[in-house]
Amino acid sequence: MTNTCLTFRDLTLGYGSHPAIHHLDGTIRKGSLTAVVGANGSGKSTLMKGIVGVLKPMAGEVIRAPGVRAAYLPQQSELDRSFPARVVDLVSLGLWPRRGLLGRYTRQDRDDVSKALMAVGLGGFEKRPIDTLSGGQLQRTLFARVLLQDADLILLDEPFNAVDAKTVGDLIALIKHWHGEERTIMVVVHDLDLVRQNFPETLLLARQPIAWGETRETLKPENLLRARRFHEAWEENAPWCEPGEDAHGHGHDHDHHDHQHGVGPRAA
Amino acid sequence: MDTLYGLFIAPFADFGFMQRALIGSLMLSLGACPIGVFLMLRRMSLSGDAMAHAILPGAAAGFLFYGLEILPMTIGGLIAGVIVALGAGAVSRFTIQREDASMAAFYLISLAIGVLMVSIRGSSVDLMHVLFGTVLALNDEALTLIGGIVAVTLVSLAIFWRALVAECLDPLFLRSVSRLGSPVHFIFLGLVVLNLVGGFQALGTLLSVGLMMLPAAAARFWTVRVEPMCVLAVLIGFASCVAGLLLSYHASLPSGPAIILSAGVVYFASILFGTRGILRARIIHHRHRTA
Repeated sequence: MTNTCLTFRDLTLGYGSHPAIHHLDGTIRKGSLTAVVGANGSGKSTLMKGIVGVLKPMAGEVIRAPGVRAAYLPQQSELDRSFPARVVDLVSLGLWPRRGLLGRYTRQDRDDVSKALMAVGLGGFEKRPIDTLSGGQLQRTLFARVLLQDADLILLDEPFNAVDAKTVGDLIALIKHWHGEERTIMVVVHDLDLVRQNFPETLLLARQPIAWGETRETLKPENLLRARRFHEAWEENAPWCEPGEDAHGHGHDHDHHDHQHGVGPRAA
Repeated sequence: MDTLYGLFIAPFADFGFMQRALIGSLMLSLGACPIGVFLMLRRMSLSGDAMAHAILPGAAAGFLFYGLEILPMTIGGLIAGVIVALGAGAVSRFTIQREDASMAAFYLISLAIGVLMVSIRGSSVDLMHVLFGTVLALNDEALTLIGGIVAVTLVSLAIFWRALVAECLDPLFLRSVSRLGSPVHFIFLGLVVLNLVGGFQALGTLLSVGLMMLPAAAARFWTVRVEPMCVLAVLIGFASCVAGLLLSYHASLPSGPAIILSAGVVYFASILFGTRGILRARIIHHRHRTA
């Protein structure tokens, strides 16, 4: 068990009384690189929020291995771009895990900030006000912040949105570099070709996992078809999920979830 | 030389009340202006105004029981302000109502109670005093109080600076690395109340928010970083206080409005001439670099 980074135990996450992630069980191995795919509203971002802890579970739990620090790049950042800050100020927020509220930034820290910007191809952008950055540049700036956080677990929610092809290549290279450093990485992606080429493992979500494991297996046509049938809308009068029946899925349409994938990632 | 001395130095050199007014208002600027910058950046400029109204019933209660005494009125104002800030904050956090609406509801109720209380006891002159203050009548007690408030404000800002900036710049990020988000929000609201209460003896409940917001709003036109913005806001605050007091002395104007109007002049000048102001944007428009 020591090489487990995350454990989901009967995890249900959602909004109001409606689940967006429904009874998820399974583990994420340390040092694994997992793509999270699925239709809109299939619970990908919700799962990310649940892992990082900004959304409390409705039921079940996410267990992080002790000492694992997470860095999170949200899909819709609540970043205030009109705030008077420079690129270097924004990236320096990534020093928080290292320096906290009161720790002084050292010369070393400042060098690290420059190096992180260099790594995402934004060397020399330190003094630029953030409201002058393009969408892709801002995304790379946020990558630099993740880089600086030096986390063991890295959660990226649709990091390639509005990013040009060259930059996607750069960012993928960065992700692979992290993978090489034995960091655990989960990335929400829409581009399945990108997933097939670059991600060893994939979690296919449709509120519950459709398939979870080695990418080639997971992204088989029959799985994708099942994921596509997923009904996005909530139903106001959907029956209540009763503890007795949901735990093992009897009589539910999601009964496939808790057996199949549990072994997947470990076997992979 | 003599006329310059007579115009600018003599009023402060010759009169104790002018010295106190100067010291008091400068100290107020030191604390209130940086707070104003953050209020503005968090788009809570009008919340500051609402809070200023909200402290009235507390001050009025102090006035009702103890007369025109600084300490009871201040403590009363502080309590009322904290109740309104926490109440409005809690309603917005735990219900679907947004903070602007809950703040408006709370402060209007608070203001009505305040006016009612003052009218039970006093004449309209008293009400005028509470509403508009008199910077020219600051006593030692008031100065000590303002000094204390400024010290608390500056120390808190120094400690929580990084969290406050992070909470404004990227609140979701702060939540992902630290639990300080909510505490910092409430600490900040507390500082707002504290500084408004500090200002109301000098400027009145209605205008104390002016010394907080106007220099901050003016400073926004000059710089693209928070730190210089705060420093600049304080300097604008200083200048407004000196100018306002001199104006009030020479032209026999009420001091509070004179100070706020001086800040208003700086604000309009900044809109026009600031490095991010109207004129500059128009002129630069015609020239650009190659990359």
